[in-house]
Amino acid sequence: MTGAAATRKKPGALNIGAMAIDVKGLTKRFGRKLAVDHIDIAVPEGEVWGFLGPNGSGKTTTIRMLCGLLRVDDGQGTCLGLDIRAQAEAIKRQVGYMTQRFSFWEDLSIRENLEFVARLYQLPDRKAKVGWTLERLGLVQRQSQLAGELSGGWKQRMALAACMLHDPKLLLLDEPTAGVDPKARRDFWEQIHALSAQGLTVLVSTHYMDEAERCDRIAYILNGRLVTQGSVGEVIEQSGLSTFVLEGAHVRHFLGELQGKPGVDYAGFFGAALHVSGRDRAALEASIAPYRGRDGIAVSETPPNLEDVFILLQEAAK
Amino acid sequence: MNFSLARIYAVLVKEFLQMRRDRVTLGMIVGVPLMQLFLFGFAINFNPKALPTAIAIDDPGIFARSVTAALRNSSYFDVVATTNSPSGARRLLQEGKVLFVVEIPVNFTRDIVRGAQPDLLVEADATDPAAGGFAMAALNGIATSALRDDLTGPLAARAQGPPPFNLVSHLLYNPESNTRYSIIPGLLAVILTMTMVLMTCLALTRERERGTYENLLAMPATPVEIMIGKIAPNVTIGAIQSAIILVVAKYVFAVPMIGSLPLLAAALTIYIIANLAVGYTFSTLAENQLQAMQMTMFFLLPAILLSGFAFPFAGMPRWAQYIGEILPATHFLRIVRGILLKDNGASEIWPDVWPLLLFTFAAAGLALARFRRTLD
Repeated sequence: MTGAAATRKKPGALNIGAMAIDVKGLTKRFGRKLAVDHIDIAVPEGEVWGFLGPNGSGKTTTIRMLCGLLRVDDGQGTCLGLDIRAQAEAIKRQVGYMTQRFSFWEDLSIRENLEFVARLYQLPDRKAKVGWTLERLGLVQRQSQLAGELSGGWKQRMALAACMLHDPKLLLLDEPTAGVDPKARRDFWEQIHALSAQGLTVLVSTHYMDEAERCDRIAYILNGRLVTQGSVGEVIEQSGLSTFVLEGAHVRHFLGELQGKPGVDYAGFFGAALHVSGRDRAALEASIAPYRGRDGIAVSETPPNLEDVFILLQEAAK
Repeated sequence: MNFSLARIYAVLVKEFLQMRRDRVTLGMIVGVPLMQLFLFGFAINFNPKALPTAIAIDDPGIFARSVTAALRNSSYFDVVATTNSPSGARRLLQEGKVLFVVEIPVNFTRDIVRGAQPDLLVEADATDPAAGGFAMAALNGIATSALRDDLTGPLAARAQGPPPFNLVSHLLYNPESNTRYSIIPGLLAVILTMTMVLMTCLALTRERERGTYENLLAMPATPVEIMIGKIAPNVTIGAIQSAIILVVAKYVFAVPMIGSLPLLAAALTIYIIANLAVGYTFSTLAENQLQAMQMTMFFLLPAILLSGFAFPFAGMPRWAQYIGEILPATHFLRIVRGILLKDNGASEIWPDVWPLLLFTFAAAGLALARFRRTLD
């Protein structure tokens, strides 16, 4: 199986239709807790996938199993055509992994960190490679600054530079933009899309809906189980959700009333407006009807957004 | 700025809660001192007994036999070899297998009968003067009383008055019994153990606590590569420290250095690596820096107390000697004293070199076995 998987795809050229990640039944236990419960993911080469789910749902654990940092308890599959159980070391060489918490050496400068990484990967023409990477990510001015002194956005930029240094075929990014300002987040995503255009496959976990919407496809994981996956539109459609917006001056007084009414799976604020969502459209409409026109409330239907869907999924699991 | 007992209490409660969470460290804080108290309380003996001794006997006579028998029966001496060749016995002394050679010369019995006061020659290895002091005094008494029992009948008169023999002692390798000459080379062993183990005991614990361990594992470096890469720079530091200690030993404390310095340098290198390997092993075992420091203390005290540095090795009970034999400091102490004071060569130090090598490989092997390649 291992041999066949290795020959199926020689790493290097982008192979249309080939899978960068192809795992089935991926499972991880910590003691008696099932952290990841039989997850199947197939990410085609060159796509950008968003990996979503609440805190503690198993995103980090899944990513760590994919890049060989955690042993797989059950399940099998390949990452870049290499067996995730038997060829973890070979996978490490071709994957760029950015940890959730900044994990570079804070007492080394940016350049020293990058040179260390370049040496570990035995990159030919190290100096030039590091210099070019510093330039591309706009780190030249700060190259001698200690990594520990950088602000969140610069740390993240440096970490991306470091995990891109060895030209990985697959990037696994674990909440790369947590704690980063909006401008830096936007720049970061521009980088990701530029890299993707060059054929790189990216799996990025995030809590930001706007980031999820920038992905080709998203996978949503809850309590260790993969709940839904597909393009943003597909995920919303699969949810079968209808959402109504209630707007008006005193609309916030009705939140308590609406919660728990038949057909209302979820009611909550979205900006100043009230979003009321449910899967049973008829019951939902019946519950909302009394509020139409009352106290100047305007009711309109809106396509559900990802946040509505995810909150619903999370509520439904309780 | 005001002062609030309530806030002090808040901090205090938080500290206690955190302390209670770290059960392993808490266990070590209680267990380590207890273990050491018992270990050293029973092991250390200021009045050493059963010191390894060789007898070179060249006289078949009755008095020679009774002195030999009395030595065998004494608790101070442990006669490990009896030979008729003084040079063979001297060789045992040079190799460090015995601390004393008691030489009973030809015609010992005849000369006593004649009242000629023959010499009873004692050669002592004074590289550790503490070991010998009591024994020398004991020897005089043992031999005198042994002979007194034999001197009966016509010889009874000899039993009175001064001993019928002449005790001649030679303190070899350190004729003035200068304790500095044994302490300073010993300090080389102890100081290196302390600093080298401390250097590496945080090697991986620090990476783990700072979160950089995950990154290190995600990159293609093998456990052996990481270990060698982390140990090697510290060998240089150990070499610099050794040079400083040796220069001070020579020019400030005037410690004699009669042996081969290149040989010492080679042995030092092995010793330094052995200690760095121990420290690195601790860093693979410890969950946090406090635990790593505890383990280091747990290793350092025996290195000081059971290696023969603070107390004569030969005087410790057998079980404590077995523990001592495991420690690199014990072997290096013999090597450094042997080379500097006794001009030991490669073949004489080899019995203490291979245990160092074995120890190094065992520690490195354990470290590699304990190195977790994943975050499980």
